[in-house]
Amino acid sequence: MSATIRIPTPLRTATGGASTVEVDGATVGEALAALEQAHPGVGERLLDDNGRLRRFVNVFVDDEDVRFAQGLETPVQPGSTVSIIPAVAGGC
Amino acid sequence: MNVVQGLKCRECGREVAVGPVHVCEFCFGPLEVVYDHDRQRRVVTREAITAGPPSLWRYADLLPVLPGATPQERVDLGAGFTPLVPAPRLGAALGLRDLWLKNDTLNPTNSFKDRVVSVALSAARRLGMTTAACASTGNLAQSVAAHAAGSGMDSCVLIPADLEEAKVMATAVYGTRLVAVDGNYDDVNRLCGEIASEDDDWGFVNVNLRPYYAEGSKTIGFEIAEQLGWRLPAHVVAPMASGSMLVKIDKAFREFTQLGLVDDAPWRISGAQATGCSPIATAFKSGVDAIRPVRPDTVAKSLAIGDPADGYYALDVVHRTGGAMEDVSDPEIAEAILLLARTEGVFAETAGGVTVAVLAKLAAAGKIDPDERTVAVISGHGLKTLPVLQGRATPTHTIVPTLDAFHSALAIQEVHA
Repeated sequence: MSATIRIPTPLRTATGGASTVEVDGATVGEALAALEQAHPGVGERLLDDNGRLRRFVNVFVDDEDVRFAQGLETPVQPGSTVSIIPAVAGGC
Repeated sequence: MNVVQGLKCRECGREVAVGPVHVCEFCFGPLEVVYDHDRQRRVVTREAITAGPPSLWRYADLLPVLPGATPQERVDLGAGFTPLVPAPRLGAALGLRDLWLKNDTLNPTNSFKDRVVSVALSAARRLGMTTAACASTGNLAQSVAAHAAGSGMDSCVLIPADLEEAKVMATAVYGTRLVAVDGNYDDVNRLCGEIASEDDDWGFVNVNLRPYYAEGSKTIGFEIAEQLGWRLPAHVVAPMASGSMLVKIDKAFREFTQLGLVDDAPWRISGAQATGCSPIATAFKSGVDAIRPVRPDTVAKSLAIGDPADGYYALDVVHRTGGAMEDVSDPEIAEAILLLARTEGVFAETAGGVTVAVLAKLAAAGKIDPDERTVAVISGHGLKTLPVLQGRATPTHTIVPTLDAFHSALAIQEVHA
């Protein structure tokens, strides 16, 4: 019943170097809460003080950007991959 | 004189020292320059500005000039202080009675990018960087290559392989290492991010120098206000690629107001995109606060950024000021280039066509008051994007070299007219 969360390089300082973390959770919000439990401190890097996903953090469930699904309520199926991808803050 | 205090994350507010960084390590938000506002209030006056050079460096005390930098070591080809001209004939065609053009086609490499590059590379020198670099849709490539050549810096410019030939040649001419990448702009940008994280000597103007670079666009707003006789316009229409220019014009008006250089008056800012790459305008029009990246497909290559870094902030500015956003098709862009050239004698590249076509659309929809003072930002020169006019700008008559042929050709024209 677990999903895999992929951790980008800049966040691995908060996961003890781990590039993937296995978590239980039926939604993105639950999966991120489980990630925070496993690695305290990573949650505030992803969610703001109001518990919303930070604007320059993108989260994909398999290939779907959760902002265009149901946000933190987006369902996570067993065996899914949840990818955390920092926005590319560059460009013209 | 040092007015720069450091860098600060626009999202979470964490502060870091001045350096070649552009992203907050904590939350990945963009970093922005923090100024000493008390010091600025003491030294920045109308008199001090008008006594400065006729370039963007007249606003040096409002720009990220790093500690110890001297005017002599600036990377400066004379960008900025371009004409702000009334546009009565274009205005008449669109039903606008107080329309002005900010003509940024008249910069050293013929686009507004010279502003941001001059500011970014001046900072790069101070940070000890030796190679000027960028990801570019074309205009930036030319500007970086030219400014590097003119200041003796090495340079390396990465572009999508499908750029207009004129932009490729007008970059290669400066002797840069020009790397054509088999991918779109967003692919090139990602690659530059990876290179920038490897080598501290490389200053990617729009990646690891982005906090300094982006500030250069404020000078468009400063100039508009100064050139209107130290008054703010009621409405500005600006093109959007990443959205940064529009955001910085708004910031410029706020800074001028806070410094007392202009009277506090409301302004509106509206944003223009091409329909084939309109992630910000689409979000605005559908009323959502999330921007879905797109795969660009438009003749307006200089605006073809599918994943706009400042899209959220552009939405914020347009909502806050009561402006609007629109997008226009490729044929509308070409028609607008012709309309602008034929009414005002200003030849714009596709981004200018986007701005003028959106201006027309907003005017027709009643989103611009016919009597409000409106400024359209014309950001680059038409010779950069000639192919878009294929078949639309041709000889009107072709004759043998005789007087009779000439007279009859023009007479026929008059009959048809």
